[in-house]
Amino acid sequence: MSELYREADPSQPNDRYMVTPDPDDLWEDSRVIINLGPTHPAMHGALRMVAKINGENIEKSYCEFGYTHRAKEKLGEQRTYHQFVVFTDRLNYCSALINNVTYSMSVEKLMGIQPPERAVWIRMACCELARITDHLICVGIGAVDIGAFSYFLYGFHQREEAYTLIEKLCGARLTTSYTRIGGLMYDAPEGWETELKAWVKKTRAVVAEMDVLLTNNRIFVDRTRGIGPADKEMCLEYSLSGPIARAAGIDRDLRRDQPYMYYDQLKFDVATGTEGDVYERYLVRMEEIRQSLNLLDQIADRIKPGPIWVDDKRVRIPSKVDVYNSMEAMIHHFKFFMRGFEVPAGEAYTTTEASNGELGFYIVSKGATMSHRMRIRGPSFWHYQALSDMSEGQKIADMVATLGSINIIAGELDR
Amino acid sequence: MNIFTEIPTNGGNWKTKYGDVWKKQVELVKAKFGAAIEEVRMPGEYPTDVPTIIVKKAQIAELLSFLKTDGECAYNFLADITATDEQAEPRFEVVYNLCALSSSARIRVKCRVAEGEEVPTATTVWKGADWAEREVYDMYGIRFHAHPNMRRILMDYRWEGYPLRKDYPLDGYQLFPDSEPPDPERLK
Repeated sequence: MSELYREADPSQPNDRYMVTPDPDDLWEDSRVIINLGPTHPAMHGALRMVAKINGENIEKSYCEFGYTHRAKEKLGEQRTYHQFVVFTDRLNYCSALINNVTYSMSVEKLMGIQPPERAVWIRMACCELARITDHLICVGIGAVDIGAFSYFLYGFHQREEAYTLIEKLCGARLTTSYTRIGGLMYDAPEGWETELKAWVKKTRAVVAEMDVLLTNNRIFVDRTRGIGPADKEMCLEYSLSGPIARAAGIDRDLRRDQPYMYYDQLKFDVATGTEGDVYERYLVRMEEIRQSLNLLDQIADRIKPGPIWVDDKRVRIPSKVDVYNSMEAMIHHFKFFMRGFEVPAGEAYTTTEASNGELGFYIVSKGATMSHRMRIRGPSFWHYQALSDMSEGQKIADMVATLGSINIIAGELDR
Repeated sequence: MNIFTEIPTNGGNWKTKYGDVWKKQVELVKAKFGAAIEEVRMPGEYPTDVPTIIVKKAQIAELLSFLKTDGECAYNFLADITATDEQAEPRFEVVYNLCALSSSARIRVKCRVAEGEEVPTATTVWKGADWAEREVYDMYGIRFHAHPNMRRILMDYRWEGYPLRKDYPLDGYQLFPDSEPPDPERLK
């Protein structure tokens, strides 16, 4: 036992964190409780982990969060269904479009609205674009966390290009607010599909380059194999979904298993792994980028001219021309924005396959213009819960690699 | 046009795809739990997308465990746990959304809870129910019996009031100078 050892003194504030030593354990004295976060640079967003470490190994840990809690679920009960669209951007801000689409679909389900075909195809293009940008940032930042910086810049450039495509749709890069209940706010500009296909072609080449750079890189493989594992049982225990569950061998993709929009008309493969470690999550994400690129190619061919908003007076904002030229449209416009539209009573839990896993909106309506309950099921919430178990017995630096691979987005975690 | 309208691109085929399966499962549950089942709401009759089973709160963990392990049901994926403030007697409903990975069928289980009452924890069925139940406690003040770590999760540990209750005000704030210090008790 170290000579520096002394008994913990309760009157000393710092002694609270001292671990009572076991005299038989040679290494007991070296155990320390450390606090990572909430503003630790290796933490993605404001997260916090308190870990008991022995040397460099994490023996036990617990996670805390809530530092970016903005009470979105409460706001969902205080804002009209139309106003809530903007709040959905700020959930998973790396793939805001998927949140927009899922939210709109969940309200449409309650209202019995079928959006027009063109709108659905553009929404699918949006979802896949967002999935690619999200995965690019996840594998990129994950590599930065373990010391591969230049790799990240390859993906980041393509991500910026993708944001330019998104900007052409809705004028915003990050906080898109693109969908509306029953359709889309703006139509895709002429020739957007062609630009999309050109981007897909270029991104395919970049992804191939990224693949060469990292996938078989000895340092990267050694650093990620067997790190932060989550097997099938653990995925079911902790309700892990998306790429994490697929890397563990759970063959589940809501786009295929619970087809929504027109995914059943498209061809794509679902990537799965066996080990469920950081390396396989990386591989699954890379494969998903490739599959999404294929999907975008198919979608771009299927976007046909047509209306982008359902012709339903309840949800469609009257056009400006009508508002300025007819009294009825003016009143309609006023009522729409000042009061909102009523959603028939009912409850539905609508899910889609977001880039991180199962994203769901559980909306309970009592027939008012605002929801009675607006529950957001963000995949990050469930994934972050498993981090302590995944990183038990591993090194601190491995915990950082694991955190990067499960792609925790604080906006979705805290809501 | 409401939830009864089937939308092809948004789960419109669920009723034809799972209708018979759901009926069979509900019969099974009714036979097994009998009087503990307060109400069953089927899609098409009630404005809901999937069947909702409302059970007495004492049997909730038992029912979830049955739904998870029974071969006919196999709802092995806990999609979500949340609650609603019904502003009636009893005041709250705890809502469990489940999904079967094998068939992609979904089902909803609810139990009614009055203010101050405890609900048996689902952490015995799914370990991952831990945080979701903590969030329900944090937001509604519904405590879960035998939960391993029943404390606030999103709000500060000194927070007063339960934000998602309907009588909780929108304005106002509570300021705290620091965050919670590391707790060695939780690292044992």
